Amino acid sequence: MPDRANKINSGDHLDFEQKVADLDRQMNELRKLSSIKGIDYSSEIRQLQKEQVNELKRIYSNLTAWQTVQVARHPKRPLLSDYLDLMVKDFREFHGDRCFGDDRAIVTGLGQIGRDRVFVVGQNKGRNTKEKVVCNFGCPNPEGYRKALIKMKFAEKYGIPVVTLIDTPGAYPGIGAEERGQAQAIAANLQEMSRLRVPIICICIGEGGSGGALGIGVGDRLVMLEFAYYSVISPEGCAAILWRDGSQAPHAAEALKLTSKDLLKLELVDAVIPEPLGGAHRNVHDTVYNVEKYIVKTLRDLKRTKVDNLLENRYWKLRSIGVSPAERLRRKTLAGRERIKAAIDKIHTKPKPVPAKV
Amino acid sequence: MAKQAKSKWNGFSLRPRKEMPEGLWTKCPACEHMLYKSAVEKNLNVCPECNHHFRISAATRINYLTDEDSFQQVLGDLKTSDPLGFKFRDTTYKQRIKDDEKKSGEKEAMLIGKAFIKGRPLILAVMEPNFLMGSMGAVVGEKLCAAVDMAMDEKLPLVVFSCSGGARMHEGVVSLGQMAKTSAAMARYDDSGGLFISVLTDPTTGGVTASFAMLGDCIIAEPGALIGFAGPRTIAETIKVELPEGFQTAEFMLEHGFVDMIVDRKDMRSEIARLIDYCQK
Ligand SMILES: [Zn+2]
Repeated sequence: MPDRANKINSGDHLDFEQKVADLDRQMNELRKLSSIKGIDYSSEIRQLQKEQVNELKRIYSNLTAWQTVQVARHPKRPLLSDYLDLMVKDFREFHGDRCFGDDRAIVTGLGQIGRDRVFVVGQNKGRNTKEKVVCNFGCPNPEGYRKALIKMKFAEKYGIPVVTLIDTPGAYPGIGAEERGQAQAIAANLQEMSRLRVPIICICIGEGGSGGALGIGVGDRLVMLEFAYYSVISPEGCAAILWRDGSQAPHAAEALKLTSKDLLKLELVDAVIPEPLGGAHRNVHDTVYNVEKYIVKTLRDLKRTKVDNLLENRYWKLRSIGVSPAERLRRKTLAGRERIKAAIDKIHTKPKPVPAKV
Repeated sequence: MAKQAKSKWNGFSLRPRKEMPEGLWTKCPACEHMLYKSAVEKNLNVCPECNHHFRISAATRINYLTDEDSFQQVLGDLKTSDPLGFKFRDTTYKQRIKDDEKKSGEKEAMLIGKAFIKGRPLILAVMEPNFLMGSMGAVVGEKLCAAVDMAMDEKLPLVVFSCSGGARMHEGVVSLGQMAKTSAAMARYDDSGGLFISVLTDPTTGGVTASFAMLGDCIIAEPGALIGFAGPRTIAETIKVELPEGFQTAEFMLEHGFVDMIVDRKDMRSEIARLIDYCQK
């Protein structure tokens, strides 16, 4: 088993967790003392632990947008590889876009979640420096998106539902990426995913960076982990343009409404998957388990829906992004009425059975 | 044959607008020739010396492109609802909208409607560069989808002139969602067998390139137009290398296989008319 250290060391505390860090230090000192001097400090330690839990609860129930971004970028946050190891049984990776190469920022493959076979498409950031360089810090190139597309087409052919795990700062802005058509690759994915004839569940597990995230983020459900963020532009980028000062990123993050809470309120995501106390990086197993639970439950719902209805629902879900709630309701009833009408027409146009000759 | 326009569309007449700064003379940014302004305007806002295509407003473009007075706008008064209540520095998104309404004379960054080019009816969508840099927010996405619906209903070709800095960040994920929304609409249009001609003009970048603009059955670019995903400044800052000459121009995109043809502004009308004729079923 790879080391899935979810032990938070002294250097892993975010700057708004100062008190939590202090409590950690105190507890460590007491433990050290008790082992040296042989005095029992367990009740004091328990007291400090309680205090720490309360402090974490207090901090994490009121994170600002910028703090959320920091949690989403935490170096110990579970990555795609953790989900593949803990959640996907018997994972078989599929490599290459059959055209240019094998982008390591996007991993695709067949596997099993719960009792369902699924096709997983995910963005990988890498844990240590070497891995990070190999997968380009989670910034896909066009061949990554093209790989995702042909593999999803494969899944469509065999009726295998697609699960995408989004975690990228954005599509890579490089010379080669432009030469090979980053924009065209993403556009093609958006178009094809909107009409892929299998259920698609998209889950933002960390950073949902703009078009790079959307490139594998069109489907029947778009959900987020509690402290993930999803945004049209990085807060730093937005601050540099609108505030003319990159250091104003906290203000930009607030204005962009990029947290799961805000996006749920705006009806831009379908659900929020809760994270354990103190964020996903404090308990990798529970985080992955929550995600798995959501996938299993949702797949059961989606698989019950007829493919044509699934696509119709997906289309209207996408079509109503940014449309006012009243208009959305009007369209829903209109679409429903049309669907009923079509069904009735179908019944009436069915050829009458010819009576068998006696 | 040409269909009669439906009466529910409110007519909309276009006056040519001045695009150049005041004064009789102007300097071409490409070849630095001093040019007599009326000569440039007469030349469809193209530099007579070096063929540099100046940016033009949506109304000017429609004027150059369509048969006289044939453009009938729809959804002309659709306005954004400012979904995030976006505030920045000491101003607001609402204020920016008001300012740019005044600056551009339009209510949003895209005009859609039915028009005729050389007698051929079509659905036309044109983006307005002077309105928040032609960025795509909820209204632009909704209008484009409405144009797709019209093209499907009336079985007419759809021609879209893109000119945009990308997604409109003042609308956050709502604007990001427009990429998915317009692409889904294009998928439907594609399934229905309609012809979609996408014309990329200077500049076409970001979320617009990475959605409907790159999904044309036929993709045309204006000479010298900046076309790409990431902006050149972002790329230069990320990789810290000088960008090569001609990077992300229409010619670069042609060379790398992402546009079908480059067409001069003066030939655009006849080229579109010819394509429509060729693709008739
Ligand atoms: Zn010139």
